Amino acid sequence: MREKTAKEPVLEMRKITKKFGKVTANKNVDLSLYPGEIHALLGENGAGKSTLMNILTGIYKANSGSIYFKGEKADIKSPRHAVDMGIGMVHQHFHLIPTLTAAENVFLYTPECKTVLNKKEMEEAIRKCSHEFHLDIDPSAMVWQMSVGEQQRVEIVKLLYRGADLLILDEPSAVLTAQEAEEMFKTLRAMAESGKSVVVISHKMNEVMQFADRITVLKGGMVEDTMPVEEATIERLTRAVVGERELKPQKNDGSNRQEKVVLEVKNLSVKNDKELPAVRNVSFDIHAGEIFGIAGVAGNGQKELAEAIAGLRKSEEGSIIVNDETVTGLSVKERIEKKIAFIPEDRLHMGLVPDMTMDENRILKQFDSPDFSKNHLLKKKNIRSVVEAEIEKHDIKIAGMNAPVSLMSGGNQQKLLIAREVGSEPDLLIAAYPVRGLDIGATEAIHDILFEQCKKGVAVLLISEELDELFQMSDRIGVLCDGEMMAVLPREEADYDTIGRLMSGERYEK
Amino acid sequence: MLRTLIMSVVFVFLALVFCGFIIASVGFNPIEVYGKMITKVFFSGKGIRKMVEASLPLMFCALGVALTFKMNLNNIGAEGQYAMGVIGGGAFVLFGPQIEGPAGMVITALCCFLGGAVWALVPALTKAYWDVNESITTLLLNYIALMILSYLCLGPWKKPGQNVGQTERIPRGLELPEIGNTGINVGLIFGILVAVLIYLAYRCTTDGYQLSVIRSSKNAARYAGINIRRNIIFVMLLSGGLAGLGGFVQYSAVTHRIMEGMPNNAGYTAIVIAYLSRLNPLVVIIVSILFAGLQNSSATVQVLGVPTQIATMIQGTIMLFVIASEFFQKYKLVRVKEVEE
Repeated sequence: MREKTAKEPVLEMRKITKKFGKVTANKNVDLSLYPGEIHALLGENGAGKSTLMNILTGIYKANSGSIYFKGEKADIKSPRHAVDMGIGMVHQHFHLIPTLTAAENVFLYTPECKTVLNKKEMEEAIRKCSHEFHLDIDPSAMVWQMSVGEQQRVEIVKLLYRGADLLILDEPSAVLTAQEAEEMFKTLRAMAESGKSVVVISHKMNEVMQFADRITVLKGGMVEDTMPVEEATIERLTRAVVGERELKPQKNDGSNRQEKVVLEVKNLSVKNDKELPAVRNVSFDIHAGEIFGIAGVAGNGQKELAEAIAGLRKSEEGSIIVNDETVTGLSVKERIEKKIAFIPEDRLHMGLVPDMTMDENRILKQFDSPDFSKNHLLKKKNIRSVVEAEIEKHDIKIAGMNAPVSLMSGGNQQKLLIAREVGSEPDLLIAAYPVRGLDIGATEAIHDILFEQCKKGVAVLLISEELDELFQMSDRIGVLCDGEMMAVLPREEADYDTIGRLMSGERYEK
Repeated sequence: MLRTLIMSVVFVFLALVFCGFIIASVGFNPIEVYGKMITKVFFSGKGIRKMVEASLPLMFCALGVALTFKMNLNNIGAEGQYAMGVIGGGAFVLFGPQIEGPAGMVITALCCFLGGAVWALVPALTKAYWDVNESITTLLLNYIALMILSYLCLGPWKKPGQNVGQTERIPRGLELPEIGNTGINVGLIFGILVAVLIYLAYRCTTDGYQLSVIRSSKNAARYAGINIRRNIIFVMLLSGGLAGLGGFVQYSAVTHRIMEGMPNNAGYTAIVIAYLSRLNPLVVIIVSILFAGLQNSSATVQVLGVPTQIATMIQGTIMLFVIASEFFQKYKLVRVKEVEE
């Protein structure tokens, strides 16, 4: 690998600057890429990683700076032009047509796509191409039937078949299980070894240190640090990513847990949107001041469990008891009044109203409380002052007091949402993937809020797919697999291996 | 807001230029035709009075329709709700206790409102409880309402001894008066009042707030425990009631009697007005008046020998152009300079 990087770079971006109105998203960014290397682009949300890659793939045009690709100055005019040059990108949200087969999706992307297609030839060509890089896909399978991992492989084959020499992947591991991610990184390595260059956007430091050859850290739109992986340490990366800001992740020491039981779930069964059983006969309880973690691969009943407790989904069987009162048959509104707060998985389309302002979002659940309205008239001044106090308290970066919340960054949207939920002074707080997709700074701020609630005696149900987070936060960890609670372990008794095996469906034996 | 206004004006102008070519091609002088239209309709006392009068039913129907559109509900049934409103009011006027003066007018208005609201009840309930497509139900109920109206006007409610399908004249004491002696009906003030109330309700009340949340994100509304069913029913009934009031102003202020086919497409024109006003109730007032003026102008140009179809064509063209202008309101062409640093 090392000797290869000594060659001429395949891509050089020099002094790239991109402005959106008054906001500078990239400033004088230099980036070079050698054939055969995997280059990780690390940084917080809003650091300019995606903007830089969008410039490279022709979606945006830089205000200044130049790009040299394969030794020539390149003026990338459009995404199509970038693809023709051999630069391809796999986006976080796939661009596939679910009702077509893998082969059809790949061909649709090529100039060979004519009116009449020979299915056999097409599939054979795709098979050959995917074998070359050990990408396991079935060319004749429909995309909608594939797992997320397979779909991602189709996306990669799409680029390879089109002859891409430079592949960009935006947070490729975010949607994958640990095993799938490992597979994927092996594939990327194979592609690098065949002489292609790979850029991976990520904000997971551990992961980056495992697979990358070189790492570039962006911060505030500028290159903060760039290093070969041998020289990278977690400390150096952290410093580059978050700056001198002090990070002192709190750890749950279990001292907040009280005797009082806030939530009791008994033999709960819930169906999913397709009317299939999603939660099967689950029982557990959460004490006041306790954080109860739920581990599991996404899609094993976590969403349905959270929604059933919040009242958004019907419980088929069993009961949910909050503060010694059965809430199973109550409506969402009544459960909110019983002090159940809920941070949903889909923060922008369920937890918030994207095109409304912060004020309007703040009162979403409490518009008829006497603090915010009287005789159906909104008390706009009161609402504004509450919002201003919360912005101050939680250090929320706003896009303007009257701007829609969709313009705020993910981290700040989440802070706003959580501020609202804890502002209702709940007894039970359900947090579904509260830090998913957030950067380190925001993650820590949100964990701090959860701890603070826990100190106040709130019972917290924390659903996460990051074991690190669960080990750091929880008093006890329950593992869901295919809707069943495989085991509930005190944190001291849990380790990665046990939890991992429970997640994959193995029975627990002491 | 200002940008919307300027763009709309520019596109109306472009539409007129476009139609000018067509008018010229059938052998008339477009400037003369337009001049006649504008002076007769917009710059004469009589023209303005006629325009406002014609705008009243459109205004109420469009306010109602805009309310449902704002909730992503398609109430296509203003026509039928208008008809049922008239029937509701007529039932009181013809068969109820004889109360005249302001009290009688208020009761008549309430009966019209109820008539329209009742007609919206079935689509409201089926939508709220079984998610039955409200566009279809409201549309189909239009035909039934118009049939009922015809039946009553030609049958039991018909004024004896004449051949046209219409009822007795409304008692003088129930006619909506004019403002001072301007010749403009108080219905206009009433309409403006309703529009302002709707506008304020959206901005300042919890009810308006709930509607806005449901409109923007049903998921978030569910999550917040907002009763979506109740709000759907509420808005549909209110919308139907407003269309019923459209019938009331026409009955009490303009025709003074119930006639067969009375809505005369006001309920459908209201859909266009609501759309062109971008669902803003205050803009609905202005657009309704302008639209009524445009409709009246067709009669004016006929005097010059221009076929009425030309006026209809101008209406259609203006609509298409204004709708097309939406693109330019959403997107802005910007020239970006390359900065060297």
